[in-house]
Amino acid sequence: MMWLADNAWVAVALPALFALLVALVGRADRLVAPLLGIGSAASVLLSGIAVLLTVAEGRTPAAATIRWLPSEEGILAIGWSADGLVGSMLVVVGFVSLMVMVYSAGYMAADEGRVRYYALLSLFLAAMSLVVVSDGLLGLFIGWELMGVCSYLLIGHWTIKPAAAAAAKKAFLVTRVGDVGLLAGIVLLWSHAGALDYESLAAVIDTLSPDILTTVALLLAVGAIGKSAQFPLHIWLPDAMEGPTPVSALIHAATMVAAGVFLIARTWPIYELAPLATYVLLGIGVATALGAALVACVQTDIKRVLAFSTISQLGFMFAALGAGYWGVAMFHLVTHAAFKSLLFLAAGSVIHSSGTQDLRKMGGLRKGMQFTFEAWTFGALALAGIFPTSGFFSKDKILYIVTSENLPAGALLFLTTAITAYYVARVTVLVFFGPRNSRKKPHETGLAMSIPPLILAIPAVGLGYLAKPSIELMAAEYVGFDLPVALIATGVALLGVAIGVFLHRSGPSADIAFERRLGGVWGWIQAGYRLDSVVQKSVSRPSLGLARAAYRHIDRDLVDRAVIGVGSTANFLGERLRRLQNGDTQWYISMGFIGLIVLYSLSVSWDRIHVWLTGGG
Amino acid sequence: MWQLDALVLIPLAGAVVAALAATKAKLVALTFTLANIALFLSLAPSGIFRGEIVHGLFSPQEPGTMWLLTLDGLSLPLVMLTMLLFIVATLSSWGVTSRPAAHHALLLGLQSAILGVFLAEHVLLFYVFWEAVLIPMFFLIGRWGYEGRRQAAVKFFLYTFAGSVFMLIGLLIALMSLEAITFTAMAQTIGGPAGDGFNQVLVFALLSIGLLVKLPAVPFHTWLPDAHVQAPTAGSIMLAGVLLKMGGYGLIRLAIPIAPEGWEALAPLLLILGIVGVVFGAAMALVQDDLKRVVAYSSISHMGFVLVALSVGTETAISAAILVMVSHGLVAGLLFYLVGELYERTHTRELASLGGLSYLTPRLAWSLAFAAFASLGLPGLSGFPGELLAVMEGFRNWSWWIAPVGIGLVLAAAYNLRVVARVNHGPHPPGLSGLSDLGPRALLGVAILAIPVLVIGIWPRIVADLSTPAVQRIIELAVRGVSP
Repeated sequence: MMWLADNAWVAVALPALFALLVALVGRADRLVAPLLGIGSAASVLLSGIAVLLTVAEGRTPAAATIRWLPSEEGILAIGWSADGLVGSMLVVVGFVSLMVMVYSAGYMAADEGRVRYYALLSLFLAAMSLVVVSDGLLGLFIGWELMGVCSYLLIGHWTIKPAAAAAAKKAFLVTRVGDVGLLAGIVLLWSHAGALDYESLAAVIDTLSPDILTTVALLLAVGAIGKSAQFPLHIWLPDAMEGPTPVSALIHAATMVAAGVFLIARTWPIYELAPLATYVLLGIGVATALGAALVACVQTDIKRVLAFSTISQLGFMFAALGAGYWGVAMFHLVTHAAFKSLLFLAAGSVIHSSGTQDLRKMGGLRKGMQFTFEAWTFGALALAGIFPTSGFFSKDKILYIVTSENLPAGALLFLTTAITAYYVARVTVLVFFGPRNSRKKPHETGLAMSIPPLILAIPAVGLGYLAKPSIELMAAEYVGFDLPVALIATGVALLGVAIGVFLHRSGPSADIAFERRLGGVWGWIQAGYRLDSVVQKSVSRPSLGLARAAYRHIDRDLVDRAVIGVGSTANFLGERLRRLQNGDTQWYISMGFIGLIVLYSLSVSWDRIHVWLTGGG
Repeated sequence: MWQLDALVLIPLAGAVVAALAATKAKLVALTFTLANIALFLSLAPSGIFRGEIVHGLFSPQEPGTMWLLTLDGLSLPLVMLTMLLFIVATLSSWGVTSRPAAHHALLLGLQSAILGVFLAEHVLLFYVFWEAVLIPMFFLIGRWGYEGRRQAAVKFFLYTFAGSVFMLIGLLIALMSLEAITFTAMAQTIGGPAGDGFNQVLVFALLSIGLLVKLPAVPFHTWLPDAHVQAPTAGSIMLAGVLLKMGGYGLIRLAIPIAPEGWEALAPLLLILGIVGVVFGAAMALVQDDLKRVVAYSSISHMGFVLVALSVGTETAISAAILVMVSHGLVAGLLFYLVGELYERTHTRELASLGGLSYLTPRLAWSLAFAAFASLGLPGLSGFPGELLAVMEGFRNWSWWIAPVGIGLVLAAAYNLRVVARVNHGPHPPGLSGLSDLGPRALLGVAILAIPVLVIGIWPRIVADLSTPAVQRIIELAVRGVSP
């Protein structure tokens, strides 16, 4: 166990090895690929536990580093290091992925691309672990991009569907925009600090000018915003729901999308010295939390509700970072990972059983899906922030610190809490209560799919009591329980739940009434404020148009024609010069004479030409 | 070491044998290429992988002959790249039915000339090989290419030849003042007052024109897409994989050491050309309909990174340029190889008439996706380390001026994923079915290139450490020249 803690690289190497094994022998038997997948999840989980145990004993796990690229001024190295933050993140990733792997054994049992699926999930785990255990920004960036590519390939698992292929491409490109920001931050930091590992950075960071630090902090935040789907780079996440549901649970709810929060937590010394950047984080977090929660209220697709909910909850984490408490943000990350992956897995069972993702066609699934319903209820309560689930504790802390940092922002988050409770109640009622709207008889979906959500319910409910030890294990500042905030938060949450249950008790008809009354506004919110088409119109299409015009007018008409022009001029001159050769002797003699004169003048002035040519000047 | 001379001569002998061998020519080509690799590896004990410099039969210390060859850390990665690509090019022309003997003879001749370029020690020998490369390439495009092959071959030849004329003038001006005529001797004479004997800015500019045409840098690039579209697969592989690298190699080997002050003075221009190349090339790649044109413009974009790196006068930057060149050689070679395999099956390169390969021919689709990821600079594959270093060094030297490169990075993702989406994803168009997936021979070709892409991506020092000693010498030289 101690060996595992001191060799955190194992959390990267083993899943990578398992991914390779899946690709090589996954076809041998139906169980091989899922078992290998479970193996890679377990190796990440064990590494995380080992690190946490070691940190709890008060010892720092060993770290190591190797030079990766040549450089004269500074060291470009990759390596690993572990602490409480790393351990916690590994445990989250390992635990959720273990549940997801088990669940997939049922969910993907009949899928033709199963082997590819497990190989990519294992590869994703390796990449995610690389982000987590890297001792610096270089290794983090490598893992960061590899996660992105695994996400791309898994969103596009069913690439024969044009929607899935488009969603995958969109996810990669939008996050790539953020990644270029992150890369710029890394390059800027490197050119001023001469190092990229956290330890050396911490040592020299005080010597950098505040302007540089603020710029670096903002640029790193751009990367975090892209990966964590914060406004305005969040537009890829709802589309990413085209991927298989277990993938949505693991990558697009619990782990990869939370990597932005992890990045900022891991580089916190920079943000501590860059107050402007934390304000920006606060503003973006609050705006995203509120905006996405509103959109979640009017979605008709169960997975899109959860996707916008994820964006909104990540907004809460960013708000916590903006308020200056990264430990609180991380704690919400942990609880959110538990209850949101639970909700996704339960939603997957619901989809599997009802054959649709459309909330309007569900209803009455409580009977026949008792396990799934119970698990979902725990997750829903946690998401709504109802005492005593984990979501209550982690959200309470965020509300408290944001309110004390900035009252209006805090007020907006309270509002978001009410809205969150409302949409959770709406979905729950639409899916599990009321009359059945589909002819398919609801049924449980087998042990592999019903057990993982139930297991996830344990942390989703119970993690709240571990707030103090887990935040302290990460060596972050702990924020205690605040009674007034808790009472108000519970009040607004219950209000939201009550409204949600009341309005939707009779099925999807309430939506229709709203839609009629609100008209265009409803559609506008439902389409995520039409940000997609704004981006289409203002970025994608103009750039493509510009590139096409440049190709036609600059590359072809101007540059290429100039070249062809030079060629034809030569031809043309050749034609003309040929006429000089007309057989007339007198003509030849006079030309010869002129030539002599030219040569003579050249030879007279040769010294000067030579001096110029040879740079005497 | 006689092996060095043999490296250049064996493919030439092979060309003769292949020309006589008729239908067995492909086996001859493969045998001679493999023999050459074995010969190259036999040099290992003399320490070439540990930074030792190896000379040919004739020592440059007593230059009585023009036939002087040297292998150092700068040539080494490119020689290895060349040999790998020639195996793949030979495999890719396995199915050539129209006069295969001549085809393979020309390929072997090309191999000889290219190795000559990378090994030449004598300036004039370098120039002779430089021009000799054009001849087999001209015939490969003009004889075995597609519909517009004649015109493309002529354009390729005249364009690069015209560039070389400027290079020759630059060389002659420099040689008027230099005592030395070998690269090693230049290393010893320039930097002192001898280097001030000519207008360095003029010489650097003249040399660069020829080299930039070859690279190619925008706006000297329009020959490349045409040549690629028309060239047969083997021709495209060699063109993108190796011929473009001659431009970068020439800048490092020839232009920078001969005219370091000119380099310093014109560095901002190199930067601008580099940035324009990165962004413009990527933007053009995004709007092409022909798969080969996409790869051709992407090459222009990647070679822009070489210029960005060479606009910075540090060892790290030059190492970055070499890394980018090696990586691009492998990746572009792989891409053209796969496009060739694709065309053999579908008889089209139009993006609009492709689709669904991820389930029609999964191995081909995955190979293509792998190459596309490498081309977009995915960390863990070979494209990333070089471009990262180029950007880092560029930023240290030029600060925010290099910011537009960021646009190029986003565009690189866009055009590569566009290719993957159009070729691999979605349902397949009606005419496209019953395709055979990559067989063992084709997979071998993929592996030969994909494995180094992966290895360099994970451990880039495998290339960087090879070139470091040579790069250090060149920088020392240039710096001595700039500040006497």
